[in-house]
Amino acid sequence: MGLSSENKIEDIAKKIAQSLQGLPIEISTKDEIITVNVKHENLVEVAKKLRGVGFDHVKSVTATDFPEQKELEVIYHVSSFGDLDLAKVIVALKTRLSSDDPRISSLIEIWPSSKYSEREQHEMLGIVFEGHPELERLLLPEDYEGPPPLRKEFKVKTEGIQG
Amino acid sequence: MSEERTIELLIGPQHPSSGHMRLYAEVDGDIVVRLRPNIGYVHRTVEKLAETKKYIQIIPLVERPSLADTANHNLGYVLALEKLLGIEAPPRAQYLRTILAEMNRIHSHFYGLGIHGIMLGSSTIFMWGFADREIMIEMAQRLTGARLTYSYIIPGGVRRDLPQGFEDEMEKALRYIERRLKDYGKLFLRNPVTRARLEGVGVLKKEDAIKLGIVGPNLRASGVPYDVRKVQPYCAYPELEFDVAVREEGDSMARVLVRVEEIRQSMRIIRQVLKQIPDGPILSENYLKMIPPKWKEFVEKKGRIKFPAIMANLRPPKGEAFSRVEAARGELVYYIVSDGSVTPYRLRMVTPSFRNVVLFEHLIQGCRVADIPAIYGSLDYFPPEADR
Repeated sequence: MGLSSENKIEDIAKKIAQSLQGLPIEISTKDEIITVNVKHENLVEVAKKLRGVGFDHVKSVTATDFPEQKELEVIYHVSSFGDLDLAKVIVALKTRLSSDDPRISSLIEIWPSSKYSEREQHEMLGIVFEGHPELERLLLPEDYEGPPPLRKEFKVKTEGIQG
Repeated sequence: MSEERTIELLIGPQHPSSGHMRLYAEVDGDIVVRLRPNIGYVHRTVEKLAETKKYIQIIPLVERPSLADTANHNLGYVLALEKLLGIEAPPRAQYLRTILAEMNRIHSHFYGLGIHGIMLGSSTIFMWGFADREIMIEMAQRLTGARLTYSYIIPGGVRRDLPQGFEDEMEKALRYIERRLKDYGKLFLRNPVTRARLEGVGVLKKEDAIKLGIVGPNLRASGVPYDVRKVQPYCAYPELEFDVAVREEGDSMARVLVRVEEIRQSMRIIRQVLKQIPDGPILSENYLKMIPPKWKEFVEKKGRIKFPAIMANLRPPKGEAFSRVEAARGELVYYIVSDGSVTPYRLRMVTPSFRNVVLFEHLIQGCRVADIPAIYGSLDYFPPEADR
């Protein structure tokens, strides 16, 4: 901990910036999280580069609905098991896409560990991960109809009693 | 051609073993040629519900998916929330969090051993596992007041201090478990039947474990020494000595042995915590000073927190936070987006069982039908935890 680990994180951030040179991205670091903002067209390319640096698995794929901007934000939280120094940081690979017809390339070829997480975000937010071999229902009932539940337009019915 | 040769075998969803899920197995004779897990039978919409609940109400919500491991689920959420709030728990609270997390790990591993036992046809191990998990449930009850769903870890600290005589009782409990582990070794771990069923069965290679993003004992049994408690230590872990249990074989037996070793390491941690635990408050000063004087007297005398009013309407500033903890079944991550209101804008919770579900199709394909329960049990997979 302390200074040396901060230095390490900085070093890793530099390494990432170097490997992504020339690509239209923004990098910022906060604690152990290195955020990489990319346009969704560049997502695959950036993911490949990160894989090359040694980030070998996806911890979570998270999509968030921002109805005011009519956008969805997709985040891949990736890190490393093979390199325990890299494992100290988590890269948040972020991109935004239009919420009307959200399509994005699946990263399953680069990170097979994203398989179930992508499938979950597909049914919960209606994102189409192009190239995903099993983009089917996962957690929801087969006969579920209605908007993807984690979109903000889906309102949870309550009894009107706030605890 | 293959359609004529194979039949479809449905396992579940009526609680095939550790919870409601279904396995679609396509079998040729007794060889599984294709297997797909069909999950979601116990999906409780935790992430969506969290968007309608206040921050403090989410503590019991995130605990529910994993009954054997509530403390770690509670802890991961609170760590993320504390990052948003810019609050840190005092040292004594950090130690108390650690002890409960480790007690839960022991509890969860005994639970897993028991379930695996009955899947292999050993009802003795099922009874033993479920009886011996009671030890840590009882100790947790003394500390927190609840058997399973403790809601013990709160923003800035914990709810209760150590009760009187806890150290002695815990020492008795740990000695009992040590004795019992010897019995497990004799009756189960070194049993030729167990070894025949588990050794060399369901082998997960190191590179596959990494590629598939497997977590917890399942990852470490394949030779990857990744443990959040070591890689990115939290709570009191930086000050405690313990070893990460790793094995190279990657088979079902290795996964069981890693869990048994982790029980030993957890006991080592608990002993150190009780020896080293510093004196001091169990709630952050920022919140302690908000408790009215009369209640504060009670808090100091009884070692039990009376919630200050602000807890009901916590409003973290706009922003996002990510946390990871090593739960009993593996790495558990939370990601919270706050818009500055009393409820999170988005809560993401990825549980170890959800990360490990891919192992069903990866490991069981090509095995015999009789190996399905042997491998399933060795994964310590818990459907409610995966479905959330």
